[in-house]
Amino acid sequence: MYRYDDLDRAFIAQRVEEFRDQTRRHLAGELSEEEFRPLRLRNGLYLQRHAPMLRIAIPYGLLRAAQLRKLADIARRYDRGYGHFTTRQNLQLNWPSLAAVPDILAELATVEMHALQTSGNCVRNVTADHLAGIAPDEVDDPRPYCEIVRQWAALHPEFTYLPRKFKIAITGSPEDRAASEVHDIGLHMQRDGAGEIGFAVLVGGGLGRAPVIGALIREFLPLADLLGYLEAILRVYNRYGRRDNIHKARIKVLVKSLGAARFREEVEAEWLAGRASAPVLTQAEVERVRAFFRAQPYETLTDLDVTADREPRFLAWYRYNTSAHRMPGYRAVCVSLKAPGAAPGDATSEQMEALAALAERVSFGLIRVTHTQNLLLADVPQRELYAVWGELERLGLATANIGTLTDLIACPGLDFCSLANAGTLGVARDIQQRFGALDYLYDLGRIEIKMSGCMNACGHHHVGHIGILGVDKHGEEWYQISLGGSANGFTALGEVIGPSVPKAEVATTLERIVEVYRARRLEEEPFIDTVRRLGLEPFRAGAYASHPQAA
Amino acid sequence: MRHILRRRELVADDWAYLGEESAGDALIVPLAQLRAEEARWRAWSGRLGVRLTPADAPEELSAGLARLALVAVEFPTAGDGRGYSQARLLRGRLGFRGELRAVGAGVKQDQVFLLARCGFDALELAPGEDPEAARRALGRYTVGYQPGAATVQLERLRFPAP
Repeated sequence: MYRYDDLDRAFIAQRVEEFRDQTRRHLAGELSEEEFRPLRLRNGLYLQRHAPMLRIAIPYGLLRAAQLRKLADIARRYDRGYGHFTTRQNLQLNWPSLAAVPDILAELATVEMHALQTSGNCVRNVTADHLAGIAPDEVDDPRPYCEIVRQWAALHPEFTYLPRKFKIAITGSPEDRAASEVHDIGLHMQRDGAGEIGFAVLVGGGLGRAPVIGALIREFLPLADLLGYLEAILRVYNRYGRRDNIHKARIKVLVKSLGAARFREEVEAEWLAGRASAPVLTQAEVERVRAFFRAQPYETLTDLDVTADREPRFLAWYRYNTSAHRMPGYRAVCVSLKAPGAAPGDATSEQMEALAALAERVSFGLIRVTHTQNLLLADVPQRELYAVWGELERLGLATANIGTLTDLIACPGLDFCSLANAGTLGVARDIQQRFGALDYLYDLGRIEIKMSGCMNACGHHHVGHIGILGVDKHGEEWYQISLGGSANGFTALGEVIGPSVPKAEVATTLERIVEVYRARRLEEEPFIDTVRRLGLEPFRAGAYASHPQAA
Repeated sequence: MRHILRRRELVADDWAYLGEESAGDALIVPLAQLRAEEARWRAWSGRLGVRLTPADAPEELSAGLARLALVAVEFPTAGDGRGYSQARLLRGRLGFRGELRAVGAGVKQDQVFLLARCGFDALELAPGEDPEAARRALGRYTVGYQPGAATVQLERLRFPAP
């Protein structure tokens, strides 16, 4: 994994001091809240419903054990002993004090971490496929390029005050596990005829109020041109993106209003004109960064049958929570942060510390954050799986539900977030309880539920097989349900099935929907395929059957 | 008397905006005015500057840029970042070598470092801003990632200019 050099260290130290000074001036009354707001947001600091929220960047979701330990330590000393992993592979602390944030940032810097640009109208944390580097179907490991883009975006002189936030995702596999098609820029790694690395460039995807899938504006962008081309896109956006209406300020609105073809012409023209002054990405720099992501020193192993004579609980965990690895004798282990009754994505300091130790013992000391709000030990020898399972069981992190209905994604919702219209955590608990019986869950197979507490769509509800959106109805929390969304390989936006339902009815409504699926599915047909085959009508009819409260 | 932080030195402004009283011959005219009365300003014998609003396209100046000794770029708020791109275009593609001035309520100590990196060599600070603090802020970083204007000398850059 990438390690800071002198430049990175000096930069982060100077950034911490800048923010310390800004915080001091704010607390001394020299900087009004209005002036401080855009500055603190560019350091991931929100003022929330109960307390500030600090969003810490985990670039492309990769952590060393020492970093996870530091996060655990910070959560214990400056917060309430837990943190929340997000869909964009960051970690949020919900209870730090404003005055302590500069110290937290200084602590983070000691393990080469920061909270730079995790919020605000600037280029945000660059995300990647959580199976990067180990996926059997990979063109190339996207993480070196994520790291290069992260550095290029850090306090970019020209692009720190954009019309709106800007999210970039890079995927190295044909199966898009990074949801890159719903990012402001999605980069899909490709190889040309000569085997050279490049990217297909998608622009203008996004969720939020007007969800849309990104438009392909470049089939193959050679690696050497990556930064120049990103600058061209950002410059066109910075100059022409709308600033008069926050709801129309994302790049997707600009792409739509110009049309993808015209937008592409603008970018290509800007790129050609600006090419001579674009930052240079040398082969030497690419090699320097790539060297940090070389394959792990794997042992030469053969695949084992680890399931013989094991108890059903282990077998279920093995089936649902581990996945194939490109090296024989290894598996990737998903650490479920979706235990019954737990807030999706939350982990305690004790869990983080134990995981750090486990990762050091069995997975080269690295932990990954997935965009489904779980953690991943990517390189576990198969002979260790049974012991790893035992340890995760002990920690409450072995719920065998990955990819099932209770592995749901949810933003923090009204319990924490000042933007939210409705709670998500209580609904998540209801769903986990209602679908708690594992045999029933396994019978349902793969169903992705994604839930957001407001239109900003941090819970990606548009691309859930089942999407749940909290809405405010005369001061009450109601929930709109959509079906048919997908973010994997074949990105699709879900369609709302009908009137929203009150909080107490959400789990029941979901149950009715999955009962329609159970009754109508063909043999082995996954939920999403049944929805696509039948259309919404039978589900709508089932969902609202004898449902007097729906309005 | 208005003061300008010009290349880290606080100096009295020797320019006047159109409509201000002035003893000197250096005048800054809005782009719309320059356009509307082209002949008048071509005949202007003193030093001429232009003031751009965020929506103005600096490309429009390209033909007449040699005639201009100053371009003032407006930042009505700190959050409106269009002026950063205008500056990069003026200094880069359009090759403007005169004074590039940032002006407006958005020109504050927390912005000046990035402004200078984009090529602004003159900062007309927002009212109430402390010029000393702004001067210190210009030296806040000794390293950076992207290439930028020579106005700020950094010890190390990750991605060099071509």
